[in-house]
Formats: sequence, structure tokens, C-alpha cells
Amino acid sequence: MPKRRKPKLSKYTADRNIPGAFEGETVTRRRFMVGTANGAGAVAAAAFTLPALGFALAPVFKTTQMSWQAIGPPSDFPTDNYVTKIITIAPGIGEAGTSLAYVRTRNPSLDTEPEDKYNHWIALSSRCAHLGCPVRWVAPAQRFVCPCHGGVYNLRGLVAGGPPVRPLDRFYTRLNPSTGLVEIGPRYSVNNELRRFSPRDPAEPLDGIGQYLYPARWSTPPLLK
Amino acid sequence: MPRLPAPPLPKAFRPKPKRPGQNNDQGKLTPVEGAITAADWIDERTSLSPVVRWSLFRKVPRGTNWAYTLGTATLFAFLNQAVTGVFLAMWYRPDVTGGAYESMRYINDNVFAGQLVHAMHKWGASVMIILIFLHMARVFFYGAYKYPRELTWVIGVVLLILTLVMGFTGYLLPFDQRSYWATIVGVNINGTGPLIGPFLSDFLRAGPEFGATTLSRFYALHMLLIPGAIAALIGAHLYLVAKLGTTAPPWLKPLKDDPALEPERAEV
Repeated sequence: MPKRRKPKLSKYTADRNIPGAFEGETVTRRRFMVGTANGAGAVAAAAFTLPALGFALAPVFKTTQMSWQAIGPPSDFPTDNYVTKIITIAPGIGEAGTSLAYVRTRNPSLDTEPEDKYNHWIALSSRCAHLGCPVRWVAPAQRFVCPCHGGVYNLRGLVAGGPPVRPLDRFYTRLNPSTGLVEIGPRYSVNNELRRFSPRDPAEPLDGIGQYLYPARWSTPPLLK
Repeated sequence: MPRLPAPPLPKAFRPKPKRPGQNNDQGKLTPVEGAITAADWIDERTSLSPVVRWSLFRKVPRGTNWAYTLGTATLFAFLNQAVTGVFLAMWYRPDVTGGAYESMRYINDNVFAGQLVHAMHKWGASVMIILIFLHMARVFFYGAYKYPRELTWVIGVVLLILTLVMGFTGYLLPFDQRSYWATIVGVNINGTGPLIGPFLSDFLRAGPEFGATTLSRFYALHMLLIPGAIAALIGAHLYLVAKLGTTAPPWLKPLKDDPALEPERAEV
């Protein structure tokens, strides 16, 4: 710091012989005016910036609910093979908003994860857990195969090879007693032990530290109880 | 700032003496005089001519070569993208239910020169990325990022990132299978950033899934927000280039009688 050349002035305007200064005043009128003009400018800029930002960021905070969709009677779904069902995940935009679910009936000798009211039918999402390409069920090999980067999953949707970081996502299923049809509900993600998590994007591991590095988002509903 | 010498007038602009006996058009302006008068009218009101002279008639170092044109080449690639993009926007519809694909099909099949303008925009995007990296390599290997040009380099890196974002957002717009799945993959790669990645993906998609407004969001980013930022930063980049001048190639040693050197060093 260079040495001050001028003696430090008093902070009181009255001591500095400013015309019209009054007792105890520390802010000069010029400084007050500059502050007012800058403050008014900041308020005006915030008045259009903040609503626009909120408008753009709102989808991050808005929870999108997924409705239950009927996919057929329980007799449609075998225990050892998958049936392909087209479901809507983003309504109102036609084909771009549809996705595939691979559905079969729960097989207690195979599906060791605990049974509850939402997994009498196992509904796997076709969205690859690597980077989101659509996987294909290859029945003779009993494998799901991803065309993009070679992800492979077994009959239960667990990773059998390739780059995916966790098993295929699943959808809740239930039987609608009034129609007698199986319905498919919101998506949830699972880790390699098939523990349920609220839906995560592909490529986000859910084992170990992964579940904390990739937290649940506000845009997806919490797990059903 | 020292005053720069005025550049010599091109031959056509130099005043010519009248031929003998042709002095009868007093008060009439020749076209050249008219143009000079119009330029003077603007200059008197804006004082822009020193700015033009300062930014365009600069001294360049010895050894300046074709590699120094890569930045301007990138600028022209950007201008090509801007012009073709504006005209593509006259036909394009960011309609996620099929209108986007149909409008691109219409541009390619039915609009006069539509296929050409679309291809100029598509291939020009690749050309721009290649030119940016060549320009960056020139600056790196010539050591032109060093003092006092660090800020020019930093702005250039931001411009590179914004151009890559342009490539990412533009890739979705034709809305065919390739662009849809490439965007899905790209957004998911973006989501792998720890802690904020998932929220950034939600912002890009406008929701947890690719939805009704994802395409229009990408379109708005691609044609309004990022081009504006790129244009503004190109202005800052060019201002710094004109302000600081360019560097000589690193293999050139200073001339012994270089008047720019201090006298005691020049004598060595």
C-alpha cells in the first residue's frame, strides 16, 4: 500500500465544510444520490431477471406425477418371459413421449427381493442404465441388450455385462380390482441389491457413495409406501 | 495512447488535378467526392474513423503468416452459422409432436436452396469446431496466450465451450432418431456430474423425462441465448486482439537494429 498523501478527512460532513451539512451526517448527498440511482437500477434489472430465471428453472422444482396406465389382464404375463408394453411417460407429445416397459409375472423362485403390493408383476424400463438408450429383450439369450454401448442385463434386469452402473429401472405395478387389469405406475430406480430408490437418471450409480453423489431430485415423486 | 500515422489514401481516392479547360463543373461532386462527403457526414457525428483506423490499420509483427488467419476464419464460420441459421429459422418449427421433423423435411425437399442452406449450417458447424481447435493450437504453440494476452485466451476458452454447447443444442433440432437418442445420451452424460448433475439435467430437459418443452428449450438456447453470448464475447476477444496486438512467431529472434529495442540492447 502506498502511503496516503492526503490527510484522512473526518467522516462527518459537517467537519468537511460541505454546504448544508447537518450535525452527525456521514453520507454526502452525492453519495446518497449515486447509491439511490444504482439501487434503482439493480431493482429494475432484478424485476425482469428474477421472473425470467424462475420461469426457466421452475421445471427443476416441479414434481411431475406419472399416472397409472392399464396394460392388460394378469393372464397376459408369463413368469419366464417378457411382454413388451408401450407406455406414456410424457403425455401430450405423441410418440416422443412414449417408452417401453418389459413386463412379466413375479416368479418367487427367481425374484428374491421382498414382495409387496407393487411388484406382483415385474415391469422393467427399456431405458438403459448406462446412458439411456432403449434396451431390447432377446428371449433366446434371456438377456436385455443395449444397442449403443453394449450394456447387457439378465432376466431380472441385473447387469450381466458392459458399462451400466446399476440394474434396469422398474415401474410400480398393481392390479386394479374394478377392471381386473394390471396397471403400471411411476418409475423407480434400484441398486445392485434391488433396493428401491426414487428415480435417478441413467449413469448414476446407487451403490455405496453413489446414492449420496446423485441425490433424489425434486422433479420426481418420492417412493410409494 | 500514441497517435497512429494515417494510412496512405488508395490511388483512386487521391485528389486529381483538373485537366486544363475542364474547370466548368464548379459545385458538382464526382461520385468519389460524394462518397467521401457521406463518410465525412457520418464521421463528423460519430468520430468512428479513428476507431476503424485503430482496429484495422495495425502494425503486425515480422513473421506473421497464414496461421494467423485462423481466428478470422473461425469468425467467418460463425457468421456463416448466424446467417444460415436465421434463414433456417424462417421455416423451422420446434414442434415435438412431429412438426419439427416435418419442417426439416420440407426445408430439404421443397424450399428453394433449402438443402444447400441446411447443409451449409450442418457442415459449417463442424468446420467452425475444427477451425476453433486449429486457432487454439496456433495460439498455444506460438505461446501467444502468455502475458499480457491471458484474458484473450480465457475468453477464447469460454467461446470454445459456448460453441460446443451450440453443437449440443443444435444436434437435437432436426428431431430424427439420431438427434433424439444423441440428446438423451448427452443429457445423461451431463447428469453424471456429482451433486448438481441431476439437477442440471432436469434444467436441460425441463423435467425428469424428455418432455413437451425440451425441444423448444434447446431451440431457444440454440438460436437466442448462446449466439448472443458468443457475439458479445467475440467483440471482447477482438477488442483485446486490437488493443494488445499479435505476437511474432516464437522462432524469430529480435533484429539487432530493431528500433523497438532499448539502445543498450540494440548495440550488442
